[in-house]
Parts: sequence; C-alpha cells; structure tokens
Amino acid sequence: MEALKSVSGIAAPFMRINIDTDQIIPALFLGGTDAKGYGAHLFHGWRFLPDGSPNPDFILNQAPYDQSQILLADRNFGCGSSRERAPKALREFGIRAIIAPSFGGIFFNNCYRNGLVPVELPIEVVRELVDEVSSTKGSGLISVDLEALCVTSPSGKRFSFSAPPALREMLLNGMDEIALTLSQSPQIDAFRKIDAQKRPWAY
Amino acid sequence: MTPQLSRTFFEKVWQDHVIKSLDHESDLLQIDRLVLHELSGSQALRALEEAGREPVCRKQIFTVIEHLISTQPGRGPCDSVSTSGPIMIQTTRDASKKWGINFIDYDDPRQGIAHVVAPELGIAFPGATLVCCDSHTSTIGGVGALAWGIGASEAEHVLATQTLAQAKPKTMRVNFEGQLQSGVFAKDMILALIGKIGAQGGIGYATEYAGQAVKDLSVEGRLTLCNMSIEFSCKYGFVPPDEKTFQYLEGAEFSPKGDAWDRAVAYWRTLPSDPGAQFDKEVTINCDALEPQVTWGISPQQVGAIHADIPAPISATDTEAKALGERALSYMRLEAQTPILGVPIDVAYIGSCTNARLSDLRAAAAVLKGRKVKQGILAICVPGSTAVKRAAEAEGIDRVFIDAGFEWHESACGFCGHIGDNRFANLRVISTTNRNFESRQGPQTRTHLASPATVAASAVMGHIADARELI
Repeated sequence: MEALKSVSGIAAPFMRINIDTDQIIPALFLGGTDAKGYGAHLFHGWRFLPDGSPNPDFILNQAPYDQSQILLADRNFGCGSSRERAPKALREFGIRAIIAPSFGGIFFNNCYRNGLVPVELPIEVVRELVDEVSSTKGSGLISVDLEALCVTSPSGKRFSFSAPPALREMLLNGMDEIALTLSQSPQIDAFRKIDAQKRPWAY
Repeated sequence: MTPQLSRTFFEKVWQDHVIKSLDHESDLLQIDRLVLHELSGSQALRALEEAGREPVCRKQIFTVIEHLISTQPGRGPCDSVSTSGPIMIQTTRDASKKWGINFIDYDDPRQGIAHVVAPELGIAFPGATLVCCDSHTSTIGGVGALAWGIGASEAEHVLATQTLAQAKPKTMRVNFEGQLQSGVFAKDMILALIGKIGAQGGIGYATEYAGQAVKDLSVEGRLTLCNMSIEFSCKYGFVPPDEKTFQYLEGAEFSPKGDAWDRAVAYWRTLPSDPGAQFDKEVTINCDALEPQVTWGISPQQVGAIHADIPAPISATDTEAKALGERALSYMRLEAQTPILGVPIDVAYIGSCTNARLSDLRAAAAVLKGRKVKQGILAICVPGSTAVKRAAEAEGIDRVFIDAGFEWHESACGFCGHIGDNRFANLRVISTTNRNFESRQGPQTRTHLASPATVAASAVMGHIADARELI
C-alpha cells in the first residue's frame, strides 16, 4: 500500500456540503476490475461540460488549482456509496489530503487504503484555511503532516487533528494490512474456535 | 473491559465479535458473513487473486449477480447496459466457482438484490456481523444483524482473513413513537428522520430504531427503515430481533434447523438492549401525525411532508447551507414556497433495495388496481428479487402493474443508479429508491424519493400526488 507521511501543496477550496461519491465519480465510470483508470473521471458531471470539454468554471480546471494536492471541503464529504473508486479517482488526480469538518464513514476508511488522508477540522478552521488560500489566489500552500498530526496554513498557523492510530500507522508506513492481520492468525483461530461453540450457526 | 450491567444491542453484538483491540478506538472483528456483488466485489476478488491469496472461510462468503445485470425479460448471462458489465459479471462468476463460494447467478430462482436476498434466504441472522461492498448493507439491520457497507480493499481483507478492523461507533437510539396512519409507511418514517437530523446526523454513530411504530412494522418495513441509515451518513442501523424476526427467518434456506434453530433463537432473545441501557444520543419522532414524505432537493435531507411547500433556503450564518438549498432548487428546477404536491413528473420508478419487496409491490398495486398510468408517463417496476417477482406474479400483482401501464422487469438494481441506460436523462422521476443525488439515475435526472404508494399515485395522476386520496 502507498505510504503518506506528509504533503505540502496547493489546496482547492471546494466548500460544498454533502459532496457524495456519486459526484466524485459517477457510477457510469466504475467499470472494469482494474485498480486504476478513474482519475480522468473525477467529478465528471461538474468538471466537464455536456460536450466533454473541461468546464472553465470548475475549480479543479483553473490554475493553480488544477495542480491541487489538497481539497478543502465542507461537511459530510464522501457521503453515499461505498465505491472505492472515489478515493482512487482523487488520488490519481493528485489529491493526497482532504480537509473537511466531517466525512462519510465508508469513504473515510477507503481513503487510508489508497494513500490519502482525510483530516477532520472544525468548520471555522476550514473556513479560515479557505480565506487564507483565497487571499493568495491559491499560491499559499497548506501542509498536512500525518506524523505530527498537524495542519499548517499558508501564514503558518498550526492546527492539530486526530487520526485513528491503527489506520495512521498503516498509512505512515504503507503497510500491507492483510499481511499484518494474517500474522495474528493464531489469535484469530483461537477466537473462532471458542466462538463456533457459542454460535455454531454463524460458521 | 469494564463489566456493564445494562448493555445496548449494539454493544452486545460488537463485543461478541472482538478478536482483539487494535487501539483505543478500533477493534479487529470477526466477520460472520461477506456478501459481494459484481460491481465492487469483482474488484475485491481480482485484487485478492493478484496478491496470490485465497478466501479463507468460503462457507461464510456469498456472491450475487445484481448490480449490472440487465433487468430485461429474457436476459442472458452477461447482458448489461454497462459496457464493462459483462467482464465484471464474468469475473465474479469465475472467481466464485473457482473458490467454491456460495454463488447466486443471474438465472438462479434465489437471485435478486443482495440486501433483499440476504434476509430472504437467512444468509443474514440476528447478531451477525455482515459486510458487503455496498453502502446500503445497513438494510440487513432489519433482521437484527450488525451490517454495514465497506470498500473493496476492506472486502479483500475479509476475503483473506474473515476479519475486519473497525473503529467502534457511538450509539444513537431513534424512538419512533405512536402509530402510523393508513397510507404512511416505513419510507416516510426514515425520510422524516433524515429531514429532522440532516444528512450528516449519523456520522460516527450506530443507530438502533425503537418505539411502538418500529415494533409494529413488518420485517420488510424494518429493512426499508434500516436501508436509508446511510443516507444520514450512519453506517449501521438496526432493529434488535423479536418474534417477528424469528418468524421471518424460520425455515429460510441458510437459517439453522431443528435443535440448532432453537439454540440460536434462545441466544438471539438475549440480544435486545437491556432496560436502562444508555445511548450517546436519543432522537424521538412521533408517528401519529406523520404525513407521507417526498424529497424536493439533491440530498435526502431536503424532504418534507407531501402537503408542505418547498422551503426557502435560509441561513443567517451558514452560507454553505444556504448554497446547498439554492443549488438544489436550481438543479431540480423548482421554486421555493411553492407546493411539492402537483409537480408534474415524467417517470415513476418502483425498485431498489429500499422499496421493492412484496409488501412494497402490494402497496403500489392497491393504488394501481383498476387505474391507468397517466398518458406520457414512463412507469417501470423492477422487483427486489426473483422470489419477490414470482410471489407477486402468483398473486396477480404483475397483471395489475402491466394493465396499469407499468413495465414489469426481471430483478436487479436496475435504474437506482445510472450505469449506462439513458432512459431517465433530463427527466423528473418519482422513485422508491434511496438517493436523489445529482444525476444519480441518469444525466441531469431530477429524482424525488417517496414510498411505493406515493410513486404509484403519482404515476396515475401524472404529478406528485397523495396516495391517500386514491385508496
């Protein structure tokens, strides 16, 4: 799995509430069993006009935000469908961190398994970051440090955040989660043996 | 672990499945059932194979063909409106056969939408942990399981280990007090709840549905209720098991039999929340005066009673919330402070894991019987499972639908999400599905969510209509 320790880059303010995974990547583009090939369809309905050309009004089509590595978003980012192509599409576009007041829970977990970190910060802080970025017309960089659990604004203001320890460890080190769990097999097997006596219908 | 005198249903089921604690907020959980479909499941199966791994507990894994398979009568094994449908269907089929996974193919009489089939067949059971690469897996909480949607990587982890690492959510109890009036359904209850607490109201929670109105619901109604938990961003929603649950599951293909059944039921009776158990959050909704609900916007939280006006986007301090309301009105081509009742529709759709079980089709048929769909309206019914379709046909419900002017399809996820069929493009749809997101059912499709009775009444009238005036 891809590791992420920190990222410092252009941050696109995209302050919409309830940006769902159908908008991040519409179901029409979920086809195939490949692990890659989804970035081209990121935000398809908003990013492209009906004739397929880029929508000039969409922030990720505008310089310098077309080079964004961070998204600043509003509440409930990534709600809706469980599609893991949503974080895959964001990652392929170049996004490594999303800063928002809250996230859809399935999307939140999916990010960690695709080299992206979802950062929860209060709405007031996200708005402050948006204001700073906007006042520099996007040239002011934001950094997200997963090791230090800290976001730094373009002017140098620091905001700490929390991350689930096990997921953080996994992303920091790019660990193979399955290998890690398989190394616990004796404990898993012991649990299942006892549980199968208590709840035989489950096995 | 601190001993607790009074525990919630959720705490009992979660603790039953903890193999080990991973950190102060996450546990490694035993997973009792993994259900996969061809859209996301095929990715997990391929990734597993590419990593050189194998499924470890094949008896506990089920695959169903339902997301991309065509709903057209006479469909073939790989027919799909999605260009990549055939490869994903075939990948799922091949992997299932290779690994000896329980597989339900497109032509199996047990086929249907995963969340309809899992309770029907007893794949799901009270106190089970059940996961599926699909956000609407919360549906299965309707039979007292702890069921939630996961990503394809998480599914790959379950395939390889039959376990999953999860952060333990907080608990919420939603008390639906009182009694539903005739013509008001589980769909209206859950839409009203989402309208009250918002599409973000469930983030980080597991929700228990309780109260007299939930006790009174059929298991099918409870499945509808739990289905839309994810629409307020709550991964887990459930109704702890009771006698109705046991009656529903008894005799199902995968339910335990004989002594094993008695032993299971005795255990399941211990699962409901203890008196005095504490929840992190409580919400109460009185159902006595609850009206049929219909959404007017692009988030399920943008919903109101069928006789109410569409509200104006207002907020003195929250500009983003106001913008959400304005975007919704613009996208939906509606005006604030006008009635939702009477808005002309182009399409009436009955289908999905939310509202396409037998009781849903009966409720719609009660409205449609002896009536015709308004001329010019496209009306489609896609039953939730092949078993539902056949049961409906045995009752003559298919004739009621067809005589009224509905298309009667084979079971699958159908038009709930847009995978390539453009029949709903640019049209206004009233739908029994679960998501009214922008372009969810087709390019620029405007979706209004409602109960099957409301959809049937609207099909007849040609505009959003109150079914109570027709029954």
